[in-house]
Amino acid sequence: MKEIFAFIRKEFKHIFRDRRTTLIVLIMPIVQIVLFGFAISTDVHNAVVDIVGDASDPAVQRIIQRIDSNEYLEVGNIYASPAAIDDRLRKGKISAAVCFEQNFDSNLAAGSTAVVRIIADGADPNTAQTVTSYIKGVIQSEQAEITTAMTGGGSVSMRPNVQLMYNPAMNSAYNFVPGVMGLVLMLICSMMTAVSIVREKEQGTLELVLVSPVKPFWIILSKIVPYMVLSIVNFVTTLLLAHFVMGVPVNGSLALLSLVSLVFVGSSLGLGLLVSVISATQQTAMLICGMGLTMPTMMLSGLIFPCESMPMWLQVFSDIIPAKWFIIMVKKIMIQGAGFTSIVKEFCVLLGMMVALLWFSIKKFKTRL
Amino acid sequence: MEEKSVVIRNLVKKFGNFTAVDNISFEVSKGEIFGFLGANGAGKTTAMRILCGLSRPTSGEGTVAGFRIKDQQESIKRHIGYMSQKFSLYPDLKVWENIELFGGIYGLNDRQIAAKTDSMLKALSMENARDMYIRDMPLGWKQKLAFSIAMVHDPEIVFLDEPTGGVDPVTRRNFWEMIYEAAGRDVTVFVTTHYMDEAEYCDRVSVMVDGRIEALGSPAELKETYGAKDMDGVFTKIAGRAERGE
Repeated sequence: MKEIFAFIRKEFKHIFRDRRTTLIVLIMPIVQIVLFGFAISTDVHNAVVDIVGDASDPAVQRIIQRIDSNEYLEVGNIYASPAAIDDRLRKGKISAAVCFEQNFDSNLAAGSTAVVRIIADGADPNTAQTVTSYIKGVIQSEQAEITTAMTGGGSVSMRPNVQLMYNPAMNSAYNFVPGVMGLVLMLICSMMTAVSIVREKEQGTLELVLVSPVKPFWIILSKIVPYMVLSIVNFVTTLLLAHFVMGVPVNGSLALLSLVSLVFVGSSLGLGLLVSVISATQQTAMLICGMGLTMPTMMLSGLIFPCESMPMWLQVFSDIIPAKWFIIMVKKIMIQGAGFTSIVKEFCVLLGMMVALLWFSIKKFKTRL
Repeated sequence: MEEKSVVIRNLVKKFGNFTAVDNISFEVSKGEIFGFLGANGAGKTTAMRILCGLSRPTSGEGTVAGFRIKDQQESIKRHIGYMSQKFSLYPDLKVWENIELFGGIYGLNDRQIAAKTDSMLKALSMENARDMYIRDMPLGWKQKLAFSIAMVHDPEIVFLDEPTGGVDPVTRRNFWEMIYEAAGRDVTVFVTTHYMDEAEYCDRVSVMVDGRIEALGSPAELKETYGAKDMDGVFTKIAGRAERGE
């Protein structure tokens, strides 16, 4: 046992004596969480909406009031003509403009149609989509009220009342945080483990260790343990950041979340070992981890693009990415507050992946020695 | 009878249909300096890996430090020291940390490690280098330190795989003094080298060609047999028969 501790201590020294490694291991997760959480936010907060139309028109006034009282929208200037709108949009002063035709109220009252136009900045489709749908919602609710008033209470129109469960504000941190946690844990476990083993191959120190009486299994274990410890540290820091800075809730059981993460860390370590077996130089290991693990994880795990909107063959491919299952489970546990029964399938898949990866890579690792 | 550190009988190692080591037999006595020569690709490294317990022979048998190469690899590893051509200590660890690490790996306790560290650094006149990082040391120092660390657990036999590659002549001389000193303490030294002047320093040398041992004897005997004035001549004559490329 003493041999193992000597080894593990040495591994930590490698990590903390190399500034680059320390930086990657301890700072990168924080930077990523903050970047994804704040900078790459798709949230719409207080989108400014200009109004074009007759401000004395009663129907227009009612809608302006509704927009103003919407918590995500804010009324900017009110213009009589749309001439200024283009300039306001270009300068980024507003996210959208709502234009009412002349005599809006009387047109409505006459029972004919009144025209309202929403202009939004299509250069940023995500924001435009969100803002226009908020505005549409406001106008629809006004319309429903008018209809009710005019038909004397007997409203017959059907109006969908959309309620977003778990993430009512459509806070993008809810989506990104589980994804970034997956990404960070995978990077630390796979890339750092692979690189640290391949570095020893390059240095020739691995050979020296192998001719020692220490069993190969212990050598592998001593390589894995430090990165596992660091992953736990990272898991805790990202979770703390997510909860206290981004306001992402932890609705489910913390123990379950930790268990799921541990299984994911295990499968990532397996991947890292596998990479270390097939690569001869640190550059190769980095490249394989970057292109072969990180890219697919970012693109296909549902972190950026939803898996459901991928073509069928890509969906099948995304199924073999451990991070996908991890992210699904983290979302369920953290945000929906789901218990173990609702993640049994995903958990079994990930557990299976971990066992298979670890078994295969340890076997491979031993035969390569 | 003289005590043997290495006894090898009909050792064969095949990779697929390629025979890397082709039926070799030899013995090395305790305290002997045994030179293991051969061109690149002749099968030296493969044979040495088997002797170190890193690889299993396809057939044949033998013992290293009294343990069978077929099934007692773990015991072999415990009783041998190993130093490779690729310089191999941890560059980002300090001198004492490297000694501590390898002492720990070979099962020494803290007190033994502390005592070893002191005596080793004293013998190498490196007392002031205790806290130096290996990466900051000159190659010659590193080489000597690596040799000492390979013997931190007082092995019965030490395997040196081209230990003096890329080192200047003075340092090489110093290094061979250390080898002699170890042999004087009855440590068997099994060394591969490409420097033929070093082959002259060995008690006996073997020359491998195409997986077989083509010649084996003391440098004086070999020079006489092959009618060469130095080992370089002997080696050129024998290795010239190789059919295998690198």
